Amino acid sequence: MALLQVDDLSVTFARRGQRTVHAVDGVSFSVDAGEVVGLVGESGCGKSVTSLAIMGLLPKQPGLRVGGKAVFDGTDLLQLDDRSRRDIRGRDVAMIFQDPLSSLNPVIPIGLQVTEVLTRHRGMRGEAAKKEAADLLDRVGIPDPRRRLKEYPHQLSGGMRQRALIAMSVACQPRLLIADEPTTALDVTIQAQILELLKDLVRDSGTALVMITHDLGVVAGMCDTINVLYGGRVVETARRRPLFREPRHPYTVGLLGSVPCLDAGPGERLKPIPGSVRDLLAWPDGCAFAPRCARRIDECVGEPPELVLAHDGRSYRCLNPAPVPGTVPPWATGGRAATDPATDAPTAGAAAPAAADDATAGPVPAPREKEKP
Amino acid sequence: MTEEAGTESDILVEVRDLKVHFPIKRGILLDRVVGHVKAVDGVDLSIPRGKTYGLVGESGCGKSTLGRALLQLTPPTGGEVRFDGVELTTLPAGKLRTMRRRMQMIFQDPMSSLDPRQNIESILVEGLQTHGIGTDRDDRRRIIGETLDAVGLPRWALSRYPHEFSGGQRQRIGIARALVLGPELIVADEPVSALDVSIQAQVVNLLEELQDNLGLTYLFIAHDLAVVKHISDVVGVMYLGALVEEAPSDRLYSEPLHPYTRALMSAVPVPDPDVEDRRERILLAGDLPSPANPPAGCRFHTRCPWAQPTRCADERPALRDIGGSRVACHFAERIASGELRPHKVSVQIVRPEGEGGAPAVVSAPTEPGSYV
Ligand SMILES: Nc1ncnc2c1ncn2[C@@H]1O[C@H](COP(=O)(O)OP(=O)(O)OP(=O)(O)O)[C@@H](O)[C@H]1O
Ligand SMILES: Nc1ncnc2c1ncn2[C@@H]1O[C@H](COP(=O)(O)OP(=O)(O)OP(=O)(O)O)[C@@H](O)[C@H]1O
Ligand code: SF4
Ligand code: SF4
Ligand SMILES: [Mg+2]
Ligand SMILES: [Mg+2]
Repeated sequence: MALLQVDDLSVTFARRGQRTVHAVDGVSFSVDAGEVVGLVGESGCGKSVTSLAIMGLLPKQPGLRVGGKAVFDGTDLLQLDDRSRRDIRGRDVAMIFQDPLSSLNPVIPIGLQVTEVLTRHRGMRGEAAKKEAADLLDRVGIPDPRRRLKEYPHQLSGGMRQRALIAMSVACQPRLLIADEPTTALDVTIQAQILELLKDLVRDSGTALVMITHDLGVVAGMCDTINVLYGGRVVETARRRPLFREPRHPYTVGLLGSVPCLDAGPGERLKPIPGSVRDLLAWPDGCAFAPRCARRIDECVGEPPELVLAHDGRSYRCLNPAPVPGTVPPWATGGRAATDPATDAPTAGAAAPAAADDATAGPVPAPREKEKP
Repeated sequence: MTEEAGTESDILVEVRDLKVHFPIKRGILLDRVVGHVKAVDGVDLSIPRGKTYGLVGESGCGKSTLGRALLQLTPPTGGEVRFDGVELTTLPAGKLRTMRRRMQMIFQDPMSSLDPRQNIESILVEGLQTHGIGTDRDDRRRIIGETLDAVGLPRWALSRYPHEFSGGQRQRIGIARALVLGPELIVADEPVSALDVSIQAQVVNLLEELQDNLGLTYLFIAHDLAVVKHISDVVGVMYLGALVEEAPSDRLYSEPLHPYTRALMSAVPVPDPDVEDRRERILLAGDLPSPANPPAGCRFHTRCPWAQPTRCADERPALRDIGGSRVACHFAERIASGELRPHKVSVQIVRPEGEGGAPAVVSAPTEPGSYV
């Protein structure tokens, strides 16, 4: 049994006079002890709402409906009352946010905020708590920790604040840490420091980590398993290498084609996905990605595509997945693909097997064919 | 595209020793100048016609200020900016206005620079009228129609308002507004930073296509190194108001020479697990020092893993030519050859700017924060 098993999680926001928002629409994924699991996707795909729902931190507004399960070590977190949830939070499960300032209390010195956690969950007091707090700050790389304990969050730089927040999160050696875009607001050299710190913490303590990000580079560097979200659902799950080497879901293929590679040669055009995340089909009406998908076939619209389980813990939600390089693509046998086979032929050694050539709608100039060196 | 840069006239923009210092004011009437933020402090660069100069660096290093000073939107404190042979810093206001048409800017968040009450047509017409472009209404219509086609927006967009568009479309509107005037130079300040990756790629491709078709020259400012490297011919790396390295974009990645560039390149996450596992990270200690109080000597010496006991702390390195790159490091050759090895650097605390005292007004932390 996984440490955290999220099953068919759904979150809807209904407001009178407004369209109901299906922010999360059947998300399932699991996290094993000591594992780093990534949730990636573009803005609005439901990453933050998923994590807030698991933590029970969604704003208590009328019209909020949460369904499904999030079983942590045998307990369904979604069924807990506020008290027991608060007990688990901070002790067994902790969370780090993009903006550390909003998660730190601005009028309380950092030290007091850390010792509070220690007192609350580990019963530590006085000098012992202070010493442990200083050790924690030291461990996350804050210089001169004893002095820092007395400082307020606004006196620290963004990177130092994020470190302080991480120190608080790991104060009780939680078994699960959820990090929602922990480095998005930071500069790249500071991001590298924080990611390295998170990797060390996970390695040393065996804490499971859920890493939420829109940056494919970040997941490539640290996640064991990656879930790609689109329109509130997981559309592809794979181990890290297979996902990047042979993405199957056309959305994953499209994401990988959209990011420039640092080691690519000059003159290569990117291969964007046409349209925007606003062009969503509601899941009950078919594949949400269909309006933007270059591999769309007739069957994609009408009913939502089922999850296909492949070998090696891999799964994708697609009727016409990108072929794995070296195998016979579906169009060669059945000819079901809507795209032109000529543009779809896997190029030798290409990371993205099926060029997501945008023959479909969208005000986007057709990208040029790109041969990877 | 123009031929390889070489002769003088191929250079569209030439910047010499450009400085922008913002006074730090104190006192009740803010009448006392207690120091200066040296946002840009001596930058030399030239941009060949039809090429893209990429500018990277961390937050606060002065990229936007440099872009704005180049267009004279922020008056430079010192130095020269020549555009197509004309010195802009001493140009009378009237002449400068006519030059403006030839140099335009696009921004990170087009929403903040688009008037929400104006529809797209009037946003575009406004620019044409200000600069007296187009003979009559029909002529302006034609120009606007062609511009919309060029940026991939449908004609019906004209009667809509900015908030009715997605982020990517708004950025197309921002580009259309710049393009409608027929500029030669476009300063693009973080034009794709706020966009989703799939949309980011659309806009990057659009900018490249426009350059191919119209021969535009770009100053492309961004903190995303992969995007900058992708779109630029030459990349300049800024640190605390000055260039530390300038190189053709491939070379910057394959052979970074300045210690800061090396660290920056090694820190960029790459969406390839093999590269991620193989690469050696150079982790910098601590934060960027404040530009109000930059370190003496080499500005990078407080964080430089290669800093030497001589020269680094007291002699500011000039940009020097080293094998086709320009590098501001006293020891670049000896670092490249491997003779000098990196060492450990202790972290120095850097205070966030202008936030010395305790906050006067404090709002309670938002809900997520109260989790502990
Ligand atoms: N309190 C709320 N009320 C109504 N809708 C909401 C609320 N919170 C989030 N949503 C909607 O739910 C969807 C998913 O939002 P979420 O914040 O999870 O996206 P995300 O994947 O984290 O995106 P980002 O990368 O921008 O952080 C969005 O369409 C958002 O507008
Ligand atoms: N009008 C101004 N008055 C005073 N200081 C300013 C002004 N504009 C910028 N600065 C300061 O100048 C420095 C450089 O700012 P600038 O906006 O150019 O940085 P940047 O490299 O564009 O950063 P970012 O990546 O965050 O956009 C910063 O320290 C900033 O606070
Ligand atoms: S091929 Fe069909 S099911 Fe698969 S992503 Fe495209 S539209 Fe969705
Ligand atoms: S001059 Fe010295 S401190 Fe500056 S980058 Fe070179 S080695 Fe580092
Ligand atoms: Mg989010
Ligand atoms: Mg800026």
